[in-house]
Amino acid sequence: MGYIKGLFRGLGSLLTGMKVTFREFFTKKITEQYPENRASLKMYDRFCGELVMPDPDKCIACGLCQMACPNGTISITTETAADPQTGKPKKRLVKYEYDLGSCMFCHLCVNACPHDAIRFDTDFEHAVFTRSKLVKTLNKQQL
Amino acid sequence: MFDFGIITNWIHTQFTSVMSEPLAIFLECVIIGICLLLLYVIVAIIMIYMERKVCAAFQCRLGPQRVGPWGSVQVICDVFKMLTKEIITIRHSDKFLYNLAPYIVIIASVTAFACIPISRGLEILDFNVGVLFFMAASSIGIVGILLAGWSSNSKFSLIGAMRSGAQMISYELSVGLSILTIVVLTDTMQFSEIVMRQADGWFIFKGHIPALIAFVIYLIAGNAEVNRGPFDLPEAESELTAGYHTEYSGMHFGLFYVAEFVNLFVISSIAATIFLGGWMPLHLPGLDGFNAVMDAIPGFIWFFAKVFFIIWLLMWIKWTFPRLRIDQILTLEWKYLVPIGLANLLLMVIVVVFKLHF
Repeated sequence: MGYIKGLFRGLGSLLTGMKVTFREFFTKKITEQYPENRASLKMYDRFCGELVMPDPDKCIACGLCQMACPNGTISITTETAADPQTGKPKKRLVKYEYDLGSCMFCHLCVNACPHDAIRFDTDFEHAVFTRSKLVKTLNKQQL
Repeated sequence: MFDFGIITNWIHTQFTSVMSEPLAIFLECVIIGICLLLLYVIVAIIMIYMERKVCAAFQCRLGPQRVGPWGSVQVICDVFKMLTKEIITIRHSDKFLYNLAPYIVIIASVTAFACIPISRGLEILDFNVGVLFFMAASSIGIVGILLAGWSSNSKFSLIGAMRSGAQMISYELSVGLSILTIVVLTDTMQFSEIVMRQADGWFIFKGHIPALIAFVIYLIAGNAEVNRGPFDLPEAESELTAGYHTEYSGMHFGLFYVAEFVNLFVISSIAATIFLGGWMPLHLPGLDGFNAVMDAIPGFIWFFAKVFFIIWLLMWIKWTFPRLRIDQILTLEWKYLVPIGLANLLLMVIVVVFKLHF
């Protein structure tokens, strides 16, 4: 009796598996044909391509990201200038240098930033001919 | 249905008009041999391409896409790559048997391939015990596989060959039983005659329940017979590198590879021939207009459509299920398929004796 029950249960489970793959056979394929689909390519939001600073005014030059980075990828140059509104001396960001070549995309800098001034972008086409080109100044727009 | 026998007879009379009868027959044999090998290679190439595409579709991928339109030239390039590779000789191997083994496999495969009736009048080996001959010819391949495993002096090859031997000899039985079920229904063992008997309905409809059970058993056992997944443990990549052909390279490996794919084609075409009517079009009794339309489609198109449908079924099975263990394979055969097959044979005898079939 258990033999016959087992036989039909086995057949049923095999058919379940075949149903799954049959549906998979007709679903849209996930393969991306990269160089051809450059125009329409949409990367996933959580993909980390490079560090960007969308709004340099948000940065308060606290240096937390520089301290959090295990590789020494980020180096911040600051100056102390008088704030035009209050007249008190305040730290100001001069240059935010980010070396893409030594970044390991660990997100520690993004997590450390108290003002969400930096985040990771999905742009991934970084091939260059010299390493020095990988060192990027993120607050370029301001200078 | 167009009879290709007219063309072959015309060729024969043309030959005999210019030369003696034995010479003409010899020449015809050579020509047929060349055509057979050509068809063999073409089928193998189509099968490998289909395997890669169907596998990709089941895994939600696209498959080969770069070489030629939709990657269609990919397999041809692979064949040329294989042909130009070095055939290495293994030290401490049995040189003679090592070199002989792939040819035994390929001879068994080609002989079984020659038994298939492709269209009306396009049967190469067709005589009154064709089914027995086919079973015998296709079983020779196991000798080649065992030799390959033994002669290459490698434990992986030997284990693969031994597994393969145990599996193929066991599943031969189920293949035989399910073919026998249909032979009981047809009372003939000639493939062309089996096809002709299905003019008024394919056997899977005429034999209803027992034929359907035999069809399912045949598909399972046939899949195991050609060592394809989920029964591919003779060449289980994760444990035996490549099984019995681990030590082979170049075209010797290619012969094993091609033979495996064409064996799948042979198993599928026999299934199409004895269950789905071979080259016989779909005929519905009473609908003469419909039958005439179906007759307009040439027989070999019917044949290849059915065969590739069954191959697709087998690929579906292969890319769905995980590999079985050796004891599970033998349990499936001896505790399930053989008893069911025997009971099914008895059921078919009852159906035939009491004329319960259509």
